[in-house]
Amino acid sequence: MSKDREFYLRRLHSFLGLIPVGLFLIVHLLVNYSATNGEAAFNKAAGLMESIPFLPIVEWVVIYIPLMFHAFYGVYIAFTAKPNLKRFGTTRNWFFMLQRLTGIILVIFIAWHIFQTRFQKTLHGTELDYNLMADVVSTPWMLAFYIVGIISATFHLSNGIWSFLISWGLIQSPKSQKVTTYITMIIFVLLSVVGVMAILAFT
Amino acid sequence: MADQKMLDVEIQRQDSTDSSPYWEKFKVPYRPNMNVISVLMFIREHPTTVEGKETSPVAWDMNCLEEVCGACSMVINGRPRQSCSALVDQLTQPLKLQPMSTFPVIRDLQIDRSRMFDSLKKVKAWVPIDGSYDLGEGPRMPERKREWAYELSKCMTCGVCLESCPNVNSGSSFMGPAPLSQVRLFNTHPTGAMNKDERLDAIMGDGGLANCGNSQNCVAACPKGIPLTTSIASLNRAATVQMFKNFFGSDHMVD
Repeated sequence: MSKDREFYLRRLHSFLGLIPVGLFLIVHLLVNYSATNGEAAFNKAAGLMESIPFLPIVEWVVIYIPLMFHAFYGVYIAFTAKPNLKRFGTTRNWFFMLQRLTGIILVIFIAWHIFQTRFQKTLHGTELDYNLMADVVSTPWMLAFYIVGIISATFHLSNGIWSFLISWGLIQSPKSQKVTTYITMIIFVLLSVVGVMAILAFT
Repeated sequence: MADQKMLDVEIQRQDSTDSSPYWEKFKVPYRPNMNVISVLMFIREHPTTVEGKETSPVAWDMNCLEEVCGACSMVINGRPRQSCSALVDQLTQPLKLQPMSTFPVIRDLQIDRSRMFDSLKKVKAWVPIDGSYDLGEGPRMPERKREWAYELSKCMTCGVCLESCPNVNSGSSFMGPAPLSQVRLFNTHPTGAMNKDERLDAIMGDGGLANCGNSQNCVAACPKGIPLTTSIASLNRAATVQMFKNFFGSDHMVD
């Protein structure tokens, strides 16, 4: 891979993280949240998603391909950094490291999550319904793993919105960057509440 | 002189570029208002370790001694900064001196900052004024803009921002914040702006702008208080525009 294309790959990485991967995450968490209204409500919402026409094409174009590019190029980015939190313990340096750490956690978590759910449908034709998820999070370890995964995802997206806005030159002044930090952290808290309440609805 | 206060100094030494580093400890008599350079000067005069072993004088770089040349930068108690403006009275002991690890060590605290100068050449960090005939006066620069640009021009290529950046290391080709901010400086200059597309194209290449991960350590570490992260964000916007111009635009790359 030519290093001269790095600029465009990084911009693509930044863009895909928000659209479509970030948007998909929000839709996904909202669909999950319907489980707080009971089994039937979740099965209905999930069924609606499955009724999208040309579903396999939509899945590949909107989810798998952008997600895989974002994940694999992101791992490369994460491992080119040399952490120096000891010398510089600032909030932004912590967020910088957390963005990379949550990214690595997410690659593992999402691979496992897809294997447990969508991949089972391909292999065994398993129904992707409430009962499947209730089975998955029936052990405390798996529930903890999911909660860590969900919070990693909401942080990675929220802080990713911040760095997206800088990478494309939308926020420049230190003040606007600071205000955006607060806004994205509010988004983080709200999305985390939605995500964690949803997963707890399956227990 | 019986109650002479002594300073504990620990220095990470290295005999040549390829040899492995080792630590040596020294005791230096305290004087009021000492800076780290004066501590090193004493060790140069008395190159004897705490154990009483005769050793070679410690090598380091220095030039202006007033924090405008950047030559004497080193890692002092874990923080990259200039040793001329690092006052002993404001530092905790033992004093720990290390070379800046981002750069190849020549000897002891002496480092080779060539990669920064190469980057400045790569991004054309100058205003081209040479012609085969008298080009006359350039466009006027508004005074308020000049005052603002002066802050960016304070960069002394000391390398502290590169040392503080987690994305500048042996595994990446990132040129670091300093040369990027210089692109903003020269793209602001009315004559320099005539070549702004060339500079932007250079930082949109290998090791350029996109490598910034916004840990924002550079702006915290810069001894001259240069708004490095604002420069990078501003260049991000300029590069976004340039990217679309390069692809969709006609042959007017600059305007």
